[in-house]
Amino acid sequence: MKKFMIINLIMAAAFIFSSCTKKEDVILIGEYGSLTGDDATFGISTNKGIKMAFDEINAKGGIKGKKIKLVTEDNQGKNEETAKVVNRLITQEKIVALIGEVASSRSLIAAPIAQKNGIPMVSPSSTNPEVTQKGDNIFRVCFIDPFQGLVMAKFAIENLKVKKAAIFRKNGDAYSEGLANVFATEFKKMGGDIVIDIQYQPKDIDFKAQLAEIKAKKPDVIFVPGYYSDAGNIAKQAKQIELKATLLGGDGWDSPKLHEIGGEAINGHYFSNHYTTESTDPVVVEFIKKFKARYNDEVPDGLAALGYDAAKIVAEAIERAAELKPSMIRDEIAKTKDFVGVTGKISMNAERNAVKSAVVVQVDGEKRKYVTTINP
Amino acid sequence: MRAIKTPLIAALGILIVASAIGLLTNSYIQLIILFLFVNSIMGMSLNLVNGYTGQFSLGHAGFVAVGAYVTAAITTKFPVPAGLIALPYFIAVSLGAGVIAGAFGYFVGLPSLRLKGDYLAIVTLGFGEIIRVSLNNMSYFGGALGISSIPSMPEIDLGGYVISTFATSLIFAIFWSIICFFVIWRLLKSSHGRCFLSVREDEIAAEAMGINTTKAKIQAFVVSSFFAGIAGALYAHFTNYVSPASFTFLMSIDAVIMVVLGGMGSMTGVLTSAFIITVLPEILRSLKDYTGGVDLRMIIYSLALILIMILRPQGLFGDKEITTIRRKNVSSST
Amino acid sequence: MEELLQHLINGLSLGSIYALIALGYTMVYGILQMINFAHSEVYMMGAFFAYYSAKFLNLSSSPGFGSLAIVLVITMVLCSVLGLAIEKFAYRPLRKAPKLNVLITAIGVSLFLQYFAQLVFGADPKVFPNLIEDQTLFSIAGAPIKSFDVTILVVSLVSMGVLHFLVYHTKLGKAMRAVSHNASVASILGVNVSRVIAYTFIIGSSLAGIGAILVGIKYQKIEPMMGTMIGLKAFVAAVLGGIGSIAGAVTGGLILGVSEILVVVYGSSQYRDALAFLILIFILLVKPAGMFGKNRIEKV
Repeated sequence: MKKFMIINLIMAAAFIFSSCTKKEDVILIGEYGSLTGDDATFGISTNKGIKMAFDEINAKGGIKGKKIKLVTEDNQGKNEETAKVVNRLITQEKIVALIGEVASSRSLIAAPIAQKNGIPMVSPSSTNPEVTQKGDNIFRVCFIDPFQGLVMAKFAIENLKVKKAAIFRKNGDAYSEGLANVFATEFKKMGGDIVIDIQYQPKDIDFKAQLAEIKAKKPDVIFVPGYYSDAGNIAKQAKQIELKATLLGGDGWDSPKLHEIGGEAINGHYFSNHYTTESTDPVVVEFIKKFKARYNDEVPDGLAALGYDAAKIVAEAIERAAELKPSMIRDEIAKTKDFVGVTGKISMNAERNAVKSAVVVQVDGEKRKYVTTINP
Repeated sequence: MRAIKTPLIAALGILIVASAIGLLTNSYIQLIILFLFVNSIMGMSLNLVNGYTGQFSLGHAGFVAVGAYVTAAITTKFPVPAGLIALPYFIAVSLGAGVIAGAFGYFVGLPSLRLKGDYLAIVTLGFGEIIRVSLNNMSYFGGALGISSIPSMPEIDLGGYVISTFATSLIFAIFWSIICFFVIWRLLKSSHGRCFLSVREDEIAAEAMGINTTKAKIQAFVVSSFFAGIAGALYAHFTNYVSPASFTFLMSIDAVIMVVLGGMGSMTGVLTSAFIITVLPEILRSLKDYTGGVDLRMIIYSLALILIMILRPQGLFGDKEITTIRRKNVSSST
Repeated sequence: MEELLQHLINGLSLGSIYALIALGYTMVYGILQMINFAHSEVYMMGAFFAYYSAKFLNLSSSPGFGSLAIVLVITMVLCSVLGLAIEKFAYRPLRKAPKLNVLITAIGVSLFLQYFAQLVFGADPKVFPNLIEDQTLFSIAGAPIKSFDVTILVVSLVSMGVLHFLVYHTKLGKAMRAVSHNASVASILGVNVSRVIAYTFIIGSSLAGIGAILVGIKYQKIEPMMGTMIGLKAFVAAVLGGIGSIAGAVTGGLILGVSEILVVVYGSSQYRDALAFLILIFILLVKPAGMFGKNRIEKV
């Protein structure tokens, strides 16, 4: 028993140590994400968007006379760290709302914890359908996997008018597998033919063996629902072995680094996205201008835009809520309707998913040529 | 009478302490406390192989994964009984998870324990990775997305007085920790334990004395895997979620760090280092407020690790126990 | 046929990168009997050294062998310094300590470098500059031979050749072999063991630096966590060939590279990462000291 007393004492000391700052005149909003580790690039982008949104609001005087304070915790891209930091944010930092994460698997860990504690959680970019099914406190501002798979299948059949597609998925990645599965069923339903469906492994840097296999089956398009760093390399290596099919991808492709890695090889390929930097919509133009000014001329990717929108939606809900109670904020987030965000008009449906359209863009060096908008 | 009274009083005491901790702390600290037990069981079980038997295993995470997945699959795919009966049910399930992990340990250990030193380390690492990659590709176990909604420990209603989920979780964790501690403790005092120690000290001499060293090594490995599986079961219940990404090579490394940091072959040493490994990173978390958002946590952690190894190569306690460390002229208690 | 040739070339160039990194593991193991887990992080740092030196000297605008040579030399020097520093500050104080302690220290150094790199360079991937122009040099039986595949093979062959010369035809090499055989007897016979160990770290770390540049040229993506997987595989390659043996590390690397590519083509890529370990387990069960390893019989 003595040991427990010691543990308890140390815990209590740690608790006092960490909670000595005064927190009455600020609104605490929590964010958890992978700022280090394998998936760090996603967490960092999202974090940039969220920080910018809250700083803008604070510059205008905050909400209800109070400033917003963002408490960001790094989960290192690890599962058990996620459980710890989310518990910490909710019970120790006493946040009123939670934003995160990009990876669906880690949102699935956080969602039940937020639900149990009655804290509203808004995921900026977890596209797996299961996430928001964890409870009525869980929301998202992006579309879900099935929709994106459908968008690209529709685009291939209707716009590119092709019949033979290959799928090149990232094995063991929930996002990639989700998109690939829906693309396969939808493409077949629309009369297309999947000639080959193979995978690559996380952390792969060499794709030539699989690409040669794909080449032998002569598809018109290859659906590559992975992330930009893989897609860039895949495009490059496809070109090296003279595989000429058009590549199609999802929002995971969206990054200024896509063409840096892919070089010329990535030009002319298509991917679906939440928004296009080419848009003349004043909201988007303004967002890109401010983002570039703040972050050293960096072009914001989709994750940054979604982080920004998620933060703004939470802020607006807090503004509308009568009191600073998590349950009231939750109700207001649920009522979000026609919110004009960078990534389109966002309304929450009964399943707490954002209903919005997707755009298809074509890669052209640094530019993303807008091709078409596909509605749900 | 005493045989019944002592455990009963102990159980009651634990219940009261658990409820008290539950009331005094928030769920974050509660989770850390629960993880403390998961890590302790992981460390103690690995200590049996690495510390006492002198066989270097780097695949502990694989067995933790087996235990966690068995628990996750049974409790999510089949109905869980409600009410008071749930606690013994969960204990039975975790026992099953441990047995299956132990069986894995047997089949992994049988071929690989012929190897020695670094070769054994790398083969066990290989087995750990193979288990993880296989789980990644099994759609029955959810593939890479893993299994979510694993039930927590139940709340127990004792006629108006409710024992919280945390209190039952803590009882569950303490129950297994005590069993793990005493099984290993008693095992070491038995003739089997002497065999383990003799294998560690000098395998050739042990063989010359007529000890079946392969058998001793496999016995230690199976018991160790069994408790790794139990740690996995606890992990599954406490995080309510498992995926292959939880059980990487880094988890095995953490377990080895616990063993070496505490002192190879010291039970209390491992418990102390499990405490440090669990709590130190959490305390360092608040450091971020003073460094302007720059996260130096892992850098401090890794430097601390290097420094402890250099300044105190025998680990915190060496091969002594905390009870014997102050007595002079006692070379070793085990 | 054309395809198979293509896969073989691809497998060989991947395998020679594994081999270069495996050499670092095997040499340190041969002399100190320790698994230098920090080696994969020396490799990672090498990639960043090359990235920043190319950027600083503005070499990506003029790709060619001159630029490659400059970057190679700078990276090798910096990697050697890093390897030496690790040896001096982390491993040397532990020379007499139990093996597990050294291993934990190595893991500590590895973690430290990983998080240090994330802090200093940023955790997002960087795009490695074009040091060699991407072009098809010639084709054999219809399989295009790329400039960087040739570069990788040439650079790794040359470095392995130099290493072979160093180890088997110089005084230093003789000292190294002596220390790896029996350090205490070697020191009695007048070999400066500490110095030999330092040279081993210099050579191993430079090879890791070369490997990093070759990976950068071929795959263009570098990041702070890039060392973990490739390091593990290179280590497996070293054990496969018989750890402590130079020929073994090269053979192990090539076998691993080629079989990984072939299993993806003719089998399933799902279990590729497990394959490295399956081969390893199989070989170790048949030949417990690896392919080229000497089976030391323990005596009382």
